[in-house]
Amino acid sequence: MTFEGVPGLVETREEHGETTLVVDPARLREACLHLRDREGFNFLSDITPTDYLGWGKRGVAGYYGTEQGRDLNATAGLGVSVASQGYGRLPRPKLKRFSVNYHLLGLRDGAPRVRVQVWIDDGETLESVIPVWPTADWHEREAWDMMGIRFEGHPNLRRILMEDDWEGHPLRKDYPIGGEPVRFSEER
Amino acid sequence: MAIVERRRIYEGSRIPSPIPTVLSTPAELEGSEDVMRINFGPNHPSMHGVLRLIIDLDGERVVGTEAVIGYLHTGFEKTMENKSWWKAITYPERIDYVGFQNDELVFVLAIEKLLGLEIPPKAVWMRMLLCELNRIHSHLVFLGTGALELGAISMFWYCFRERDLVLDLFELVTGVRMHTRYFQAGGLAEDIPSGFFAEARKFCDWMPKAVDDYEALIGRQEIWLERTQGIGLLSAEDAIALGQSGPVLRASGVDWDLRRAQPYLAYDEVEFGVPVYTNGDVYDRYRVRIDEMRESVRIVEQCIDRLEGMQGEPWIADDRKVVLPPRHELHTSMESLIHHFKIVTEGYRVPEGEVYVAIESPRGEKGCYVVSDGGARPWRVKFRAPSFVALEATATCMHEALVADLIAIVGSLDSVMGDTDR
Repeated sequence: MTFEGVPGLVETREEHGETTLVVDPARLREACLHLRDREGFNFLSDITPTDYLGWGKRGVAGYYGTEQGRDLNATAGLGVSVASQGYGRLPRPKLKRFSVNYHLLGLRDGAPRVRVQVWIDDGETLESVIPVWPTADWHEREAWDMMGIRFEGHPNLRRILMEDDWEGHPLRKDYPIGGEPVRFSEER
Repeated sequence: MAIVERRRIYEGSRIPSPIPTVLSTPAELEGSEDVMRINFGPNHPSMHGVLRLIIDLDGERVVGTEAVIGYLHTGFEKTMENKSWWKAITYPERIDYVGFQNDELVFVLAIEKLLGLEIPPKAVWMRMLLCELNRIHSHLVFLGTGALELGAISMFWYCFRERDLVLDLFELVTGVRMHTRYFQAGGLAEDIPSGFFAEARKFCDWMPKAVDDYEALIGRQEIWLERTQGIGLLSAEDAIALGQSGPVLRASGVDWDLRRAQPYLAYDEVEFGVPVYTNGDVYDRYRVRIDEMRESVRIVEQCIDRLEGMQGEPWIADDRKVVLPPRHELHTSMESLIHHFKIVTEGYRVPEGEVYVAIESPRGEKGCYVVSDGGARPWRVKFRAPSFVALEATATCMHEALVADLIAIVGSLDSVMGDTDR
């Protein structure tokens, strides 16, 4: 299947047998409508935002490497000492901080799937796709709650899993784990 | 085609507008003294754990509904980002704690897809067997608690009797009754114990009779029919638009099952039927699950037939960078000791990439989106929770419902709150 007619298509990737369409965020809803009406992707499985803050910079076990692969003599310009433990190779850099992935499925023979991916920075907004697939309602609320991504035109964009007065967006990479163990400990 | 019969369950769409998941009180009733706002849950015996519904009642009639979730949010996805891959396998089972084996499977499949790991046939068939047992387990919990909520208390005891038999089988294989942690990336954690097949066959002989019993108890019972038929209607078009999957979708006349449409494990090598009903009501959702239990027993039997011929075969892939070496080698081989140490302390690394894997869990499409940066911990894990999506349909199903129907409707969507809130 080719996706050349998708509005705002930036790039098509094939990895692990999955198709990813990177789409211009400004034309997201247009692209989704096209995929639903012309390509038959009538089912929205999931909306998944991912935060890439600090991508490729964390120190895990092993040797630190470069993009070409493992290099024992790599300098500490990466922010982590050479002797620290890192990747076998550096992951490829990402376009912006957040990716939002729309996992689409066509309910027909062959069960075709496609992932629509848009890239945005903190503070940028996306169009809501509720007019395309009503199921997007809660998925978008969850994306707002967990990652702080705003959807323009969502009629009810409130927190869904956390409490209404919660501060911060827990699945962001800069949200600490184990920060304050007891929420009201400062209030005597 | 996916939709078997374009039966008009109702004209047009009943999805509320502008908010698809909130049934708002009609303007003419707004502020009327007849309308009473009731808070249902989160602590209520028929709210399946901690679901909370805010409902507006006009007498017995439900005129407004909004579901409030999040009371069981535990941050599994965040936790998993901070665990090594093989330690993270423990978590998915706790998300959907009724369909635990299927949850474990979907995460393990995602790791294997990124690793490009081939798993031995014995592991494939055993995974399938346990997932089908788990499907029976999940539907038994649905049937037992769903009927209990509508007053059919004896059903609960019968269903939980058979549920115990399933859990006994899990205990026999894995040592644990729930949350088994039996699937490893690469295959199974341990070999299948001797004596399991005989016990599993006993269960397969017994289970269809038990399902007959359930049907005899409530299948034709007047009160059950009154309270479930024509209640909580959902048309095929609305179900698809609302992202419904699994039994809810199949009860609305959509012939869709990922085990057949997009076969994983070895589902293309077993024979099974996909029950589809067309009324889109609570009764048909119950019928689909009853029939699915029978089909699952058939799949389990076929798995046993295959597995009995595989005794002595490996149960896990032989990839020393991912799979723990056999215990006895640790005393004789330095290499094995190093591999063991590396996997246990640091964990194995998974190549950079992103995958989305979906399986047919007892509640519908369970998806797992995983991103790896090439390190020993997942960068991002996200589950597509069928329970979460199922609850989006409450407002649509609640059209012209009475307060007593509400319990039947919420039960028929079969949400597990752990899965909803993650």
